[in-house]
Amino acid sequence: MKTLLEKAIEERILILDGAMGTMIQRHKLEEEDFRKGAFENHDKSLKGNNDLLSITRPEIIKDIHRQYFQAGADIVETNTFSGTWIAQADYGLEEAVYQINYESAKIAKEVANEFTDKPRFVAGSIGPTNRTASISPDVNDPGYRAITFDELVGAYKDQVNALMDGGVDVLLVETIFDTLNAKAALFAIDQVFEDRNEKIPIMVSGTITDQSGRTLTGQTTEAFLISLSHMPLLTIGLNCALGASLMRPYLQILNEKSPFGVSAHPNAGLPNEFGKYDESPEMMASQIKEFLDEGLVNIIGGCCGTTPDHIKAIAELAKNYKPRKITDN
Amino acid sequence: MSLKLSGLEPLIVTPQSNFVNVGERTNVTGSKAFLRMIKEGDFEAALAVARDQVEGGAQIIDVNMDEGMIDGKEAMVKFLNLIASEPDISRVPIMIDSSKWEIIEAGLKCIQGKGVVNSISLKEGEANFIYQAKTIKRYGAAVIVMAFDENGQADSYERRIEICKRSYDILVDVIGFPKEDIIFDPNIFPVATGMEEHNNNALDFFRATKWIRENLPGAHVSGGVSNVSFSFRGNNKMREAMHASFLYYAVSNGMDMGIVNPTMLEVYTDIDKELLEFVEDVLLNRRPDATERLLEYAETVKGDGKKREIDLSWRNVSVQERLSHALVKGLVEFIDEDVEECRKLYKRPIEVIEGPLMDGMNIVGDLFGSGKMFLPQVVKSARVMKKAVAYLLPFIEKEKDGVSSYAGRILMATVKGDVHDIGKNIVGVVLGCNNYEVIDMGVMVPAEKIIQKAIEDNVDVIGLSGLITPSLDEMVHLAKEMERANLSIPLLIGGATTSKVHTAVKIDQYYTKGQTVHVLDASRSVTVVESLLGQKKDNFIKELKAEYIRVREHHEKHRGAKELLKLAVAQANKLKIDFKVSDITKPSFLGHQLITNIPLFEIVPFIDWTPFFQTWELHGRYPNILTDEVVGEEATKLFADAQEMLQNIVNENWLEARAVVGLFPANSVGDDIEIYANESRNEVIHKQITLRQQTKKVAGQPNLALSDFIAPKESGIEDYIGGFVVTTGIGLDEHVQRFEADHDDYNSILIKALADRLAEALAEFMHQEVRRKHWGYASDEVLSNEELIKETYRGIRPAPGYPACPDHLEKIGLFEILNATELTGVSLTESLAMLPASSVSGWYFANPDAKYFGLGKITTEQVESVALRKEKSFNEIARWYNSVLDN
Repeated sequence: MKTLLEKAIEERILILDGAMGTMIQRHKLEEEDFRKGAFENHDKSLKGNNDLLSITRPEIIKDIHRQYFQAGADIVETNTFSGTWIAQADYGLEEAVYQINYESAKIAKEVANEFTDKPRFVAGSIGPTNRTASISPDVNDPGYRAITFDELVGAYKDQVNALMDGGVDVLLVETIFDTLNAKAALFAIDQVFEDRNEKIPIMVSGTITDQSGRTLTGQTTEAFLISLSHMPLLTIGLNCALGASLMRPYLQILNEKSPFGVSAHPNAGLPNEFGKYDESPEMMASQIKEFLDEGLVNIIGGCCGTTPDHIKAIAELAKNYKPRKITDN
Repeated sequence: MSLKLSGLEPLIVTPQSNFVNVGERTNVTGSKAFLRMIKEGDFEAALAVARDQVEGGAQIIDVNMDEGMIDGKEAMVKFLNLIASEPDISRVPIMIDSSKWEIIEAGLKCIQGKGVVNSISLKEGEANFIYQAKTIKRYGAAVIVMAFDENGQADSYERRIEICKRSYDILVDVIGFPKEDIIFDPNIFPVATGMEEHNNNALDFFRATKWIRENLPGAHVSGGVSNVSFSFRGNNKMREAMHASFLYYAVSNGMDMGIVNPTMLEVYTDIDKELLEFVEDVLLNRRPDATERLLEYAETVKGDGKKREIDLSWRNVSVQERLSHALVKGLVEFIDEDVEECRKLYKRPIEVIEGPLMDGMNIVGDLFGSGKMFLPQVVKSARVMKKAVAYLLPFIEKEKDGVSSYAGRILMATVKGDVHDIGKNIVGVVLGCNNYEVIDMGVMVPAEKIIQKAIEDNVDVIGLSGLITPSLDEMVHLAKEMERANLSIPLLIGGATTSKVHTAVKIDQYYTKGQTVHVLDASRSVTVVESLLGQKKDNFIKELKAEYIRVREHHEKHRGAKELLKLAVAQANKLKIDFKVSDITKPSFLGHQLITNIPLFEIVPFIDWTPFFQTWELHGRYPNILTDEVVGEEATKLFADAQEMLQNIVNENWLEARAVVGLFPANSVGDDIEIYANESRNEVIHKQITLRQQTKKVAGQPNLALSDFIAPKESGIEDYIGGFVVTTGIGLDEHVQRFEADHDDYNSILIKALADRLAEALAEFMHQEVRRKHWGYASDEVLSNEELIKETYRGIRPAPGYPACPDHLEKIGLFEILNATELTGVSLTESLAMLPASSVSGWYFANPDAKYFGLGKITTEQVESVALRKEKSFNEIARWYNSVLDN
């Protein structure tokens, strides 16, 4: 039986939310915000570990979700981009992984349920981790790997189980710069589905690093698609690194070749000399209009530098368009 | 649905695809050499094998580490991880080949693309099969399924289809394995073993293949072809024929993938008809005595097979015909004994040359002239001729009659200041093949020596060659000197920068007593010389003179047709880059560094082969040229010879690669670039003068100079520039001399052409190193070789003397700040050519807006400005700008 989300994606272009980090930055949070009530006596600095805020400052995270839903998002992403023990190891918080994912899913779901006009969904965000399975961190020893496939599978299983316990509607494996990491995530998801005897839709989203049209680990967009097509996916798409207009040629490839839905959540342009993204909602929307005119996407949203204003501009635009037809190529 | 696989790039197998060739040499069970590398932990060599396979056209590479003496799992993981960091290799999908499940699973954990597992089967029962297939699906790989079950390997048609059907049903119905990701290996077994039960082995395979393709939708068929010829181990000729014939039938029955050693494969249509019939009798089990007949026949064709191509039937004809055959086919093996035999048949040794040898060379000349032979073949023929003549020479000298039977005597030389001689040598060979006596004076020959020798030896024609632009002036100089010496010997002009226009406008008019002729390429040299020395000489010269007058008039009329701007106007229309500090990366070191011990195998993948074929006058882009309808066959042979020599060059370190790279603080000041000693930017170690385009541009297009790509001093932005000199010419002379001593022009030209390619490849390699590491502004760049050739990366490396900076004088400063001559051994001649010739130098610009451009023509005004900026007099430097001055 189709889930609500699987039905919705056939009917309209769905709007994904924008950046979480950009919104959190506006609050100018301090070390104590990241500790409050949960990690008071932790021996390492926790400032910047944004995923913890779902536990320590849930009202901030809920408000961000709410703003995105109000702007017109159909799907918000949980605040769990770094919710694996691998990413949390930098903070010595491997133990907090379950709580981070469970609480993040739960509060996002609570906000989604505040809206009754149309179905609102929560995507469990699964980030790439900070260690890669295909590249050696040591240039002098290209055969070395800082993480194994099995370790990645274990880490992703923990995250997926917690996100599903918290009630997410869909899993989003995103910002994939090493396809082997993503294969480990899909491997973990498949195992969890089997263990729980329960399935939810899966979205994957890769990152084409620059205009070479390849992932960081060197794959072309089409090779990336082929490498992850062994699982039935709700969507495959691209996010981060590029602004909308630079992303377009690679979305065209996905549009042409993908047997699944296609998603895109580009950055608000490229970072300026201060590392900030300064593309305005109007500028970004005008580029996204091109995607829509060409019928490239089923789900559209924003990545780094995008705000509720960006999402609002995109949502206003997208409602005039029909979604891309999903055909089994 | 198609079978879709991926490495860094996709591989899609559709019903219309050709046979997918799986590389098989990275397999310890199949290659002793590879096993040794793995055992000894020489993974670099092992990677080179993989790279070789991919470059050789393997679309998938099979990796097998099943050997009792090694830890197969560890070796598999290590090798696959290393492959992952080699984009040249990992662009193709990986086939993980093992009979051990733990090795397969370890391998699956290392590949980011969609690979193939080779293989699983029902051998250990359904439960195990289901578990393995399900796991493979979860890893996202395709699978090869062997026709093998609990009762053993399928050895009949019925057993094959029974097991494949059962496997297929389980995969599709129980597991939901994608149909198109299933590849069957229905077992290729040996034939002609002498055992009757093996007689249907090949036929059953063909039938089973056809059945699978017709009855199991989506599924593919693969196999290891060399098994079929197992009974003929040691007789490669037989094996090659069997493989080709087997493949022909297997593919036409639907086998669409397989492991085939391309060096052990004959072209189906080239198989001797008689042999083919015997082979097919066996494969198709057409008659009861097929095996016996094939075995008998095999005794007569015991040869080493394709690699050495020893078909000796041509030895059975008369010695004259043998000589002619050897000349046309370029075979040197029997030349001494055949010439000796022939010598005894004739009264005088010279008659052997005048008779059978010249007859053979005439055939070569005719075939070449009519486009049925190509330059590489002609050069091989010349090698045979030279060897034959060398053998006869002592006998001829004994007779001392000294009567020349040549059609003419040609003096060839590369002019003073220039070191490039590949083209000149090729022309020499071609003329030699056409019965001209060639006196080759070598490179860097001053005008007075050429004239002296021409008079002494009473030559009929002088041929001049040069590659760099200053050589053009040297040719003009020589023409004037010949005029002064009252000579009337025809003068041929050739080389990459020469042209009909230059010859007509700049040379012809200074040499009125004799005729100057521009020769476009080696293949025209014979016609030109024949015309100049033949009966219709006067007519030829008359037409030529008329043509050159027309060229001059046309040139005069169109001179200045392109409007050139005042320098100040061009400068005002410079490219205005919005320089930002954030765009500029500070190099990881400043100053210069010598880089030696660069393994040649690392630079081989950077070779751009297209110019290599151009050198041999085979035109077309690599790799398409290899399958070109006209020159494909010869291009392929030449390429094979080149690969073989390249292997020797690499493995035996015939050449040494050296590079010096410098990175310096720099800022532009007007059209000049100030290069500073250090970050304080007080001490200018070199002021690089750059030339600006003066052609009138359409609105919006800038008039470029290289200085536009460097941040101006007044902007206060700290910018950088790089410089390099690389060479692969160290050690070359020794080998050239060795080949020349052996009268082997073919290999002498081949190694020079390869050294030139390696130098360019080294420049490309170093540029990448600089972008990624030394300068580091593109540390995450990943590009294929094709993309490198297309220069899709950021930054440029213009070379002094080439279109963007035709100013050879800039090499002097470049060499000084890099201390290049001392460090690399590359020196500059008086014409500023680099010696050894296989060297490349240039500048590095990193700005994202930097691009290659052609300078075009400039005015005297700019040269005057350059003289001022260089603090030289106009007259001192003007000649260096002749090729770009608009006059």
